[in-house]
Amino acid sequence: MLRSPTTSEYEVIERFYRAKDVMFGGHDYRITVGVSTCSMAKGAHLVLKKVEEEVARRGINARVVRVGCNGMCFSENMVEIIDHEGSWAVYAYVTPERVSRMLDGYFSGSSRGVFAFRVKGGSLMDEERVPYIYEIPFYGKQVRRVLRFMGIVNPLSIEEYEALGGYSGLKRALRLTPDEVIDIVIRSKLRGRGGAGFPTGLKWKLVREAKGDVKYLICNADEGDPGAFMNRLTAEGNPHIIIEGMIIAAYAVGASKGFVFVRAEKPLMADMLARAIEQARDKGYLGREILRRDFDFDIEVILSAGAFVCGEETAMIAAIEGAATARGGRCSPTPRPPYPAEKGLFYKPTLVNNVETYAQVAYLFQAGLEDFISVGTENSKGTKVFCLAGSIRYTGAVEVPIGITLRELIFEIGGGVPKGRRFKAVQIGGPSGGCLPKAYIDYPLDYEQLKSLGAIMGSGGIIVIDDKSCIVDVARYFLKFTVTESCGQCTPCRIGLRHMLEIMNRITEGKGTEEDLIRLERLGNVIAKTSLCGLGKTAPNPVLTTLRYFREEYEEHVKQRKCRAGKCMKLRAR
Amino acid sequence: MLSEDEVKEIIASFGGDRRYVMRILQEIQRRVGYLPKENLKMVAELLDVPLAKVYGVATFFHQFRLRPHGRHIVQFCFGTACYVKGNDKLWEWLRRKLGLKPGEDTTADLRFTLQKVRCFGCCSMAPVIKVDGDIYGNMTKEKLEEVLRRYA
Repeated sequence: MLRSPTTSEYEVIERFYRAKDVMFGGHDYRITVGVSTCSMAKGAHLVLKKVEEEVARRGINARVVRVGCNGMCFSENMVEIIDHEGSWAVYAYVTPERVSRMLDGYFSGSSRGVFAFRVKGGSLMDEERVPYIYEIPFYGKQVRRVLRFMGIVNPLSIEEYEALGGYSGLKRALRLTPDEVIDIVIRSKLRGRGGAGFPTGLKWKLVREAKGDVKYLICNADEGDPGAFMNRLTAEGNPHIIIEGMIIAAYAVGASKGFVFVRAEKPLMADMLARAIEQARDKGYLGREILRRDFDFDIEVILSAGAFVCGEETAMIAAIEGAATARGGRCSPTPRPPYPAEKGLFYKPTLVNNVETYAQVAYLFQAGLEDFISVGTENSKGTKVFCLAGSIRYTGAVEVPIGITLRELIFEIGGGVPKGRRFKAVQIGGPSGGCLPKAYIDYPLDYEQLKSLGAIMGSGGIIVIDDKSCIVDVARYFLKFTVTESCGQCTPCRIGLRHMLEIMNRITEGKGTEEDLIRLERLGNVIAKTSLCGLGKTAPNPVLTTLRYFREEYEEHVKQRKCRAGKCMKLRAR
Repeated sequence: MLSEDEVKEIIASFGGDRRYVMRILQEIQRRVGYLPKENLKMVAELLDVPLAKVYGVATFFHQFRLRPHGRHIVQFCFGTACYVKGNDKLWEWLRRKLGLKPGEDTTADLRFTLQKVRCFGCCSMAPVIKVDGDIYGNMTKEKLEEVLRRYA
């Protein structure tokens, strides 16, 4: 099944060649190496060093550029060689040892001995053998917006981002009134990409209309869900798209100061954002009288010391305000209302959005409303970035229209489970989400649908679980996670979750009873109803959904003292 | 442990503002490697906040530690992908191999300190560990042994 690049894919390529002067900087070739935290685990920084050495040794007139990752984690490390005439080769599985062979092959016109794709044709590649990157389903089924310059643009060069069309969205927004900007966001039907899916435009309107001399803006880059790394990837690969979205939002709601809240576990992400902010300041996109308008705004990066609950907006605000004075020593959530939109940071109206939401806003104003709403469902337009991990052949980050099915995501884009394993469940939404069985993977992925199934969109982490994993043990894993992450402020979450965990421990140790299953359900529902914040409200989800869809496996544990996956050591495997 | 003058200097760099306890502690830990009890007391006194609150912050966030650590910090990712790919088994295996008793996280020769970490966000490379800031993916027992040999 051959497929040519679609219009939007061509558009990115065309933009690239229009910006030739900036991208090549006077060199004959541009060679890029994707380096981010995850590819460094496979030695990307060593590949970069080797490419630089080899290019210098051979006297190739090439600009070697460190870029972010394009999301194809499974084929790390990736190196791309591009010339002026339209030959664009993508090399996968590159190790430092293979760099030499790769360069030999490219410059002798052969792709022998290396694994390659191409973005564009050209005489240098043997065309018959090398597929277009868009032909592989992993890439071809995506609609890349937030990720569109990922792996192409140099994250540390604001000039490259501008040359590809970056900050044109900000310029366009500043020609409108703040109300007109908000109106476009409302009509875009963009919903918060951080998890809960609140309509973004409506939130902006509330902050704009809230009374207050000073207003703040927060970018939630805490990304605490295990299994989700799209925010880190975006910030490491194209931080300016996040900054651009934040500035547009600040203009619309009337905020003068912004904060990016990043966790200390992700130092490269924080560093990239801080450097991008400096560059934006030098260019006049941040600071006083931005683009000669009567609009002042600046951004500060705050490093969190790491607590899952700080992804909850009121807890995050407490952490930024300073833990010791504001709310009794720690960063515990506070009841809403008042919502941050009315009384947030330092009791001023505050807009809190997720990294991906801001990036989507930048795309919306770069590409226009009509383009933005061309994909998605009735109630929710646009795309969502998902991270594929666990027992799946092609791991990575992919951007797809909202409303795509899990089947397309896991089996077409992700290639299904590895050979010899069987699909058992998909966990979506992290510790607040749920596990869905195969029967439900043909439902469209949107906020309402997932909620009705007991899961949540969350930040978009998708973990595939195969027959080697015990579903009871997986649910127990998430419960252990939320028990340690509970801030301890409200009783249902602090004590209730601990009781649920004790029951789960009993079941996995072969001491569970049938009544335990009923207790779990009752307790879980009470905790979900009575907890103060989102953490407690959603923490029972992994147990409740697995009880709903995989009850058989629980019953085997309590009735037959059997764990079919062989994971629970004290039970028999068959 | 930092001297009182050094703690004063850190606090002054945050404008003496008691809102910045988390960031002041981060700076102390960056310099010392952990949060010595005496320094927590100094922070509490100099900022005029109860020690219990400073302690509350120090124990609330994962980043902080109250005990000295070994020469090399080995962090195991306990994110979902790493868990389903068996990082918990690797963790137990290494603890046994290093002879760590329950409650201990540092080897007797102070060579390694083992830590559990929430998620590095390198799920596609699961299971993942990090040694002194260098990240290693797709770990197995054999790879783990080989990696740790590099850190004397």
